[in-house]
Amino acid sequence: MEDMIKGNHAFAEAAIRAGATFYAGYPITPSSEIMEYLSVRLPEIGGVFIQAESEGASMNILTGASASGVRCFTASSSVGMTLKQEGISHMADSYLPFLAINVVRYGTGLGTLDTGQSDYLRDTRGGGSGDYRTFVLSPYSLQEAVELIDRGFELADKYGMGTILHTEAALGQMMEPCTFPEMKKVERRHGSIDGTYSFERISPLYRDRLKEAIDEKAKYDSIKENEQMWAEESLEDAEYVIVAYGLAGRSATGAVKQLRAEGHKVGLIRPITLWPFPEKAFAKVNKDVKGFISVEENATGQMVEDIALTLKKSDKSSKPVYMFVDAFGVPTMKKIKANFIRVKNGEIKEVY
Amino acid sequence: MAIAKKVPEMLSKQISFCPGCGHGVVVRLLAECVEELKMEKNVIFNVGVGCYSLATPSIEADKFDTLHGRASAVATGFKRCNPDTLVISYQGDGDAYSIGVGESFSAAYRNENITVITVNNTNYGMTGGQMSATTMPGQKTTTSPHGRDCNTTGMPIKFPEMVAATFPNAAYVARGSVTTPKYVNQLKKYILNAFKAQLNNEGYSLIEVLSPCPTNWKMTPLQSLERINKELVDYYPLGEFKTRKEK
Repeated sequence: MEDMIKGNHAFAEAAIRAGATFYAGYPITPSSEIMEYLSVRLPEIGGVFIQAESEGASMNILTGASASGVRCFTASSSVGMTLKQEGISHMADSYLPFLAINVVRYGTGLGTLDTGQSDYLRDTRGGGSGDYRTFVLSPYSLQEAVELIDRGFELADKYGMGTILHTEAALGQMMEPCTFPEMKKVERRHGSIDGTYSFERISPLYRDRLKEAIDEKAKYDSIKENEQMWAEESLEDAEYVIVAYGLAGRSATGAVKQLRAEGHKVGLIRPITLWPFPEKAFAKVNKDVKGFISVEENATGQMVEDIALTLKKSDKSSKPVYMFVDAFGVPTMKKIKANFIRVKNGEIKEVY
Repeated sequence: MAIAKKVPEMLSKQISFCPGCGHGVVVRLLAECVEELKMEKNVIFNVGVGCYSLATPSIEADKFDTLHGRASAVATGFKRCNPDTLVISYQGDGDAYSIGVGESFSAAYRNENITVITVNNTNYGMTGGQMSATTMPGQKTTTSPHGRDCNTTGMPIKFPEMVAATFPNAAYVARGSVTTPKYVNQLKKYILNAFKAQLNNEGYSLIEVLSPCPTNWKMTPLQSLERINKELVDYYPLGEFKTRKEK
């Protein structure tokens, strides 16, 4: 059996195995163990570890590394990610790839130290000023996180944009058995800045922004078409489909299995890419479905909006979307099941 | 004997600044020093946000436009990934000392092996002459129309002095000026010292340059030079605050 490893350590090791050699970050609970681990691990492999003076500075340090063509990453939690948005937006504008691990802690402003999914809207809408998106990948286990970190770097490089690994406090702090791939060697990106002036870089003042904006739209359309990821259960005959990601998605996976065993015709969509949202999964749901239930670790409901928007342009536009939110903690299978029964009995009103 | 002065090859394109602005001289000196050290194919110009952003399209070398105030952080990333490359962080007083003071201070604190050039024209030039951290007591700007009141806005910051006094490991710290041929020659020596220190892995180097801004000072170019020579150098003394250790 594989060794047990703590979530935050697994994220850090996964990035190293994926060929990342550069990290800059700032301590914040509940993600600090990532940088603690890297402060030892990166020097071991000849990489660069920088404890920056602020979240914002760490993103700008990363900008220099990414512009140099080096595979680089950072990590933080919720309010710390807010401070990084300036740099994330600038890197998006400069087509610079990076990976940022957001170990979400629930809450607004300073927030709490509880686990949660309160950054969905911020992370899936770009987050900073401007007209851009980043990939947002959400794992439901440490093993999936290890795979998504590698995938996240590859997507970032392929499309010249950022990837957010959108996870949550509980996954960062828990231990699970986990296997890691072999170390990957990644060359510096072609066309990067290395002092030799081998490639001309057009000054921001002289770029054709209109053309670029149109190209970006085409790029995002192509990403939506080709890069959606999700897991699903029993969509062909489902009367109700539960939609949940991350650890809520893990609970929901178990809940759906039990509900099925108890005779309920329930299905599951577990988005893995939160952006691009897995619209194709919804197209696979049978047209007689009675409704969708968004299960989220927040109080106001965030992903529920994407579910409603996705249905609007499908043959299920009239189907109701319900919501079960549980702000403080990962919703248990028991709670998800109980709320499903309430929806089925008409005790919960739809949101959309 | 006649001296042939050649425009550095990396500056063969035209640069446009206001008449009497000091940035053109500073950029020219940087390019001359880079070429004298034969580093033109091994240099990264890392540039903050200000009037000097207008220069980057004309610099034919590796270059990067950073966010406002973040140049020292971005330069850190460049230098750590390109340790044998000359990394220059070109900034203004508003960029380096106000919105970017955290990044500037922390790069010095970490003793990053980069060279920071801060052009101090005692105001925010590009946005139309607002008060900056280096605006002189009583100086009229668009956000201090009655003259800077230091009782409520504080005293102008002296960043090179602070770095020299705070960070004993810093390699080289100086303040120069572009207002006379003598000062220009002196500034060039400072820049060469800073570059050599960086290429010798001696650590952080910083040069502040007192530079005229006739447009926003509402002065003629000549009056602007006089203002620096008569008024500014008393508060912002020229010279080296930290010299290279004997090698």
